[in-house]
Amino acid sequence: MNSSILRYNNTAMALHWLVALLIFAAFPLGVYMHDLPLSPTKLQYYSYHKWIGITILLLVITRVVWRFTHTPPPLPASTPRWEVVVSHITHLALYGLLLAIPLSGWLMSSAKGFQTVWFGVLPLPDLVEKNKELGQLLATVHQGLNVFLFLLVGMHIAAVIKHKFIDHDQILERMLPKGMSK
Amino acid sequence: MKSLLRVVLLSSALISSFASAVEFKQVQANESTVTFGYKQMGVPMEGKFAKFTAQTSFDPAKLAKAQARIDIDLASIDTGSEEANDEVVGKPWFNAKAFPNAGFVSTGVKALGGNRYEATGKLTIKGKTLDVSAPFTFQANGTRGLFDGVFTIKRLDYNIGEGVWADVSTVANEIQIKFHLVLIAAPNKK
Repeated sequence: MNSSILRYNNTAMALHWLVALLIFAAFPLGVYMHDLPLSPTKLQYYSYHKWIGITILLLVITRVVWRFTHTPPPLPASTPRWEVVVSHITHLALYGLLLAIPLSGWLMSSAKGFQTVWFGVLPLPDLVEKNKELGQLLATVHQGLNVFLFLLVGMHIAAVIKHKFIDHDQILERMLPKGMSK
Repeated sequence: MKSLLRVVLLSSALISSFASAVEFKQVQANESTVTFGYKQMGVPMEGKFAKFTAQTSFDPAKLAKAQARIDIDLASIDTGSEEANDEVVGKPWFNAKAFPNAGFVSTGVKALGGNRYEATGKLTIKGKTLDVSAPFTFQANGTRGLFDGVFTIKRLDYNIGEGVWADVSTVANEIQIKFHLVLIAAPNKK
């Protein structure tokens, strides 16, 4: 039974869980650092947040390329039509947000006059010039997109719980390495 | 005829004195800038001082007499972010209430060849005075003299950024100070 589960390949799993881990670091860090008074710690947290964000952007671009060049394991044949549609929309939106959120953060940083230097080593180009109004607009966009991300990740996890404990199907196992699922 | 000759002689003397000994004295405040660069978490940042005064006299033919005095109003700083502007006038940084100005007074200028020179002098920030030397270029453009130079100071030498801010891995110790001064020439009296 177990061996019959069609799983994502190792690349897809590694990318999924790495990005998940990084989101769970960058998101609370972003919420927390925002209201800190200016201090070296705040400057460090902002840098770490940006470094993680750019890392997510690169990993998600890799994931999108993977997705276009591979067919994911099929959903169980019993999956209702509405679930298939909703899951496709959710995944599409998640990919979109995971590209748009780091990008909006990068642009915001430039607009606010801070170049992003990945890990303090690799300077990224400033795609927009310093501009106070644009900086504030992008901050609003960055926050707004994160609210969507929060809701969609919530839906994503709620769906996993539903499939695991209510439907008792093996949706989750598709994204777990062989040894980890029973 | 005699008087004409006198006029010619006198004016040629004036012209030659003007050409050989022009002293650049009047600083054009609206065209001159004092900016600075530093690194914060590896990110290059730029800032400027909006208000400063400069008294200088510079004649490339008489370097021994060259003088410069620049006073910077520290509260006029623009670090590039409002949050940081409020922070750096405070006690751990410039303590601008107690030390409102930073000042440079030259002690000498030497020629480095071509249009390059080096000014040495005393730089006072936050009650501390240290020797600095600043290489600069000088270009005369008619009656306009352009001075461009950059030199590096270490902020901790002046106790700029104390306490938690003394950590130079966040805000680097090295601060590049760039000056661009535009001076108008006045003929030398002597």
